[in-house]
Amino acid sequence: MSLSESLRSVTSGARSVSRLGEALGNQSRSVRWSFGAICILALYLLPWWPNVPVLGWIVETPGTSFPSVLTDQVVIFVLVALGLNVVVGLAGLLDLGYVGFYAVGAYTVAILSSQHANLPWLLCMPIAVLVSMLAGVILGTPTLRLRGDYLAIVTLGFGEIIRITANNVEWLGDSRGISNIATPPSIGPLKFTVLDVKPYFFLGLTTILIVIFLLRRLENSRVGRSWNAIREDEDAAELMGVNTFKFKLWAFAIGAAVGGLAGAHYAGKVGFISPDNFPLQLSILFLAAVVLGGSGNMYGAILGGVMVAWLQERFRNFTDKRVLVFGIALVLVMVFRPEGLLPRRVRTKSPMKPASDGQEVAQ
Amino acid sequence: MTNEVLLDFNNVTMQFGGVTALSDVSVKIFRGEILGLIGPNGAGKTTCFNVMTGVYQPTHGSVVFNGSDITKLKRFQITQSGIARTFQNIRLFSEMTAVENVMVGADARKTSSIPAALLRTKHQRAEEKESYDRSMELLALMGIADRASDAARNLPYGYQRRLEIARALATEPELVCLDEPAAGFNPAEKQQLNELIFAIRDRGYTVLLIEHDMSVVMNVSDRVVVLDFGKKIAEGLPSEVRSNPDVIAAYLGVPDDAA
Repeated sequence: MSLSESLRSVTSGARSVSRLGEALGNQSRSVRWSFGAICILALYLLPWWPNVPVLGWIVETPGTSFPSVLTDQVVIFVLVALGLNVVVGLAGLLDLGYVGFYAVGAYTVAILSSQHANLPWLLCMPIAVLVSMLAGVILGTPTLRLRGDYLAIVTLGFGEIIRITANNVEWLGDSRGISNIATPPSIGPLKFTVLDVKPYFFLGLTTILIVIFLLRRLENSRVGRSWNAIREDEDAAELMGVNTFKFKLWAFAIGAAVGGLAGAHYAGKVGFISPDNFPLQLSILFLAAVVLGGSGNMYGAILGGVMVAWLQERFRNFTDKRVLVFGIALVLVMVFRPEGLLPRRVRTKSPMKPASDGQEVAQ
Repeated sequence: MTNEVLLDFNNVTMQFGGVTALSDVSVKIFRGEILGLIGPNGAGKTTCFNVMTGVYQPTHGSVVFNGSDITKLKRFQITQSGIARTFQNIRLFSEMTAVENVMVGADARKTSSIPAALLRTKHQRAEEKESYDRSMELLALMGIADRASDAARNLPYGYQRRLEIARALATEPELVCLDEPAAGFNPAEKQQLNELIFAIRDRGYTVLLIEHDMSVVMNVSDRVVVLDFGKKIAEGLPSEVRSNPDVIAAYLGVPDDAA
C-alpha cells in the first residue's frame, strides 16, 4: 500500500467518523447514551488493546510499552490539544508559546510538592491550574490587544521566557531540575507507583472526560458563540455587543488552565522535571496536534493529540528518519485535509428544539 | 415620529491625518423616524456611522445618545446602550449558522458568563432559551427562518443582507443604522426591503439609513440629510431635498437620474 493510498484511507476514515457522529446525532437518547458508554469503556481498556489480535498490531509501539506511551504522551497531548483548541480553534488566537502554561503547571506542582513544600499532589493540582490561569491572565492582559502575527510572536517569547527563567533561577531548581515530585494519591487498588502506569492512565482519561464535559458546556453557550464570533470577525463581533477583550482573556485563561492541568499530570507522573522538558518544539507539536486534528472541533483536536503523540512512538523503528516521516505525514494530511482530520462542523442542530412554527413565515 | 431627540450628532469633525472626512457635521435623529443619509461616494456617510458606533473617536465634537454622551464609550458598550448597525460589505460570522449569528446579537443583552455556563445554572439556561427564541422570531420577521440552521456563508445574498438586519435588531437597539441595505438588490427586492424598513419602524425602532438608491431613500425616509465632501449641505423632507439646487448639483445630477 503506497503512502498516499494509506493516507487516503486515514482521511476517509476520519470522514466516516464524522458521518458516524452525524448519524448518531439523529438517534434516540438511549442509543446515543449506550454507544457513548461502550466507547468510554473501550477507552478505559486501552492499555490492553495491544493484546487484541489485528488491533494490537496497529496500535503497538515498538520499543516502548504501550501503556507508558498512553500515560506519558497520549494523555498529555490530548489534554493540551483540548486546551489549545479553545485558544486557537475557537477564539482564533494564535498561541505559539503554549508550552509556557504547561510548564507553569508542572513547575507549580514540583515546587509545592518537592522543592519548597511537601503538599500532596491532589492539593497541588488545583493550585497549579489556578496559577496557570493567572499566568494566562497576566500574559493576556497586555498582549491580547495585539492581533494575528503580533500575538503569535509575543506568545512565542512567553514560552521561551518561562523555560529560560526556570533554567536560570536557583529557586526553580535551575538547569538541574526538580526531582521527587509527589505522585497522585492511591485510591483503593489503584497505586500510583513506577511499577504500574495504568493508574496514571485511568486518572488522565478521567480528567480528559471531565474537561471535555466542561468545555462542551462552554462551547454551547453564549461564551462559545462569542469566541466563534471573535474568530470569524473580531470588529463585527465587538459592534454586535461582544466584549471582545474580556472573552479573549477568558479564552486565554481557560486554555492556560487546561495546559496547566496537563503539566500537573505530567509532573505527577514522571516525578522529575527540568527546563529541557519544555522546549519550543513542544509548543509547535501542540499546535500541530490541534491543526492536524481539526482546529475548532474538540474531537478533532483530541484525534490530533492522539495522532501526534502516538505516531511518533509507532514509527520509532524508523529511528533517525522518524521525524522526517512524521513531517511528511503531517504535510500530506494538510494537503488532503486542509482543515484537519475532523474539520470544524457548522452545527446544523440548534441547541434547543427548532420552533415548529418556523416554516409558516418562509417565503 | 416625536420631537424627542434620540441621537444628537454634535459638530463632529473627523480627521485622518491631513484628510478631513467629516467637518463640523451636526445631525439630530428623532425617536421613531426614518432618517435617510445620502451623498456621493466618499461624502463621509459611512464615517458618520463609524463615529456613531464607536469605530472611530471623532477629532472634535460629541455624540449624545438618549441624553448621555457616548463619544468615549467602547464599541460594545455603545451597542449595549442601544445603537446597532449593519455593514456596507456584509460581515456575518460566516462559519456560524444563521440563528447563531442572530444569537450573538441577542447575547449583547445577556449576562451569564463562564461560571454560569460551566454550572449551567437556571438563569443561564433561561437566557439561552430567550436568546434562541428571540433570534428565531427575528429570522421569521425577516422572512428567512427557513434557513435558520444553515451556515451564514451558504445563504443567498439577499438572505445574508436580511440576516445582518436581524442580527442588528437582536441587540435590542433603539436606533438601527442600516448601511446600504439595498446594495445589489433588484427592484422587487428593493420593494420588499422598503416594506421591511417600515415594519422595523412600526415595531418602535428608529432607523438611520445610508443608501445610494433613490427609490429606497425617497420612498422610505421621513427626513433626509445630504452630505458632500464631509459637510452637511442639506436637510429636510425628501421632496425639499430633491428640489434643493445644491443637492442636485452635488449628487443627483440631472433630475431624471433621481427616479
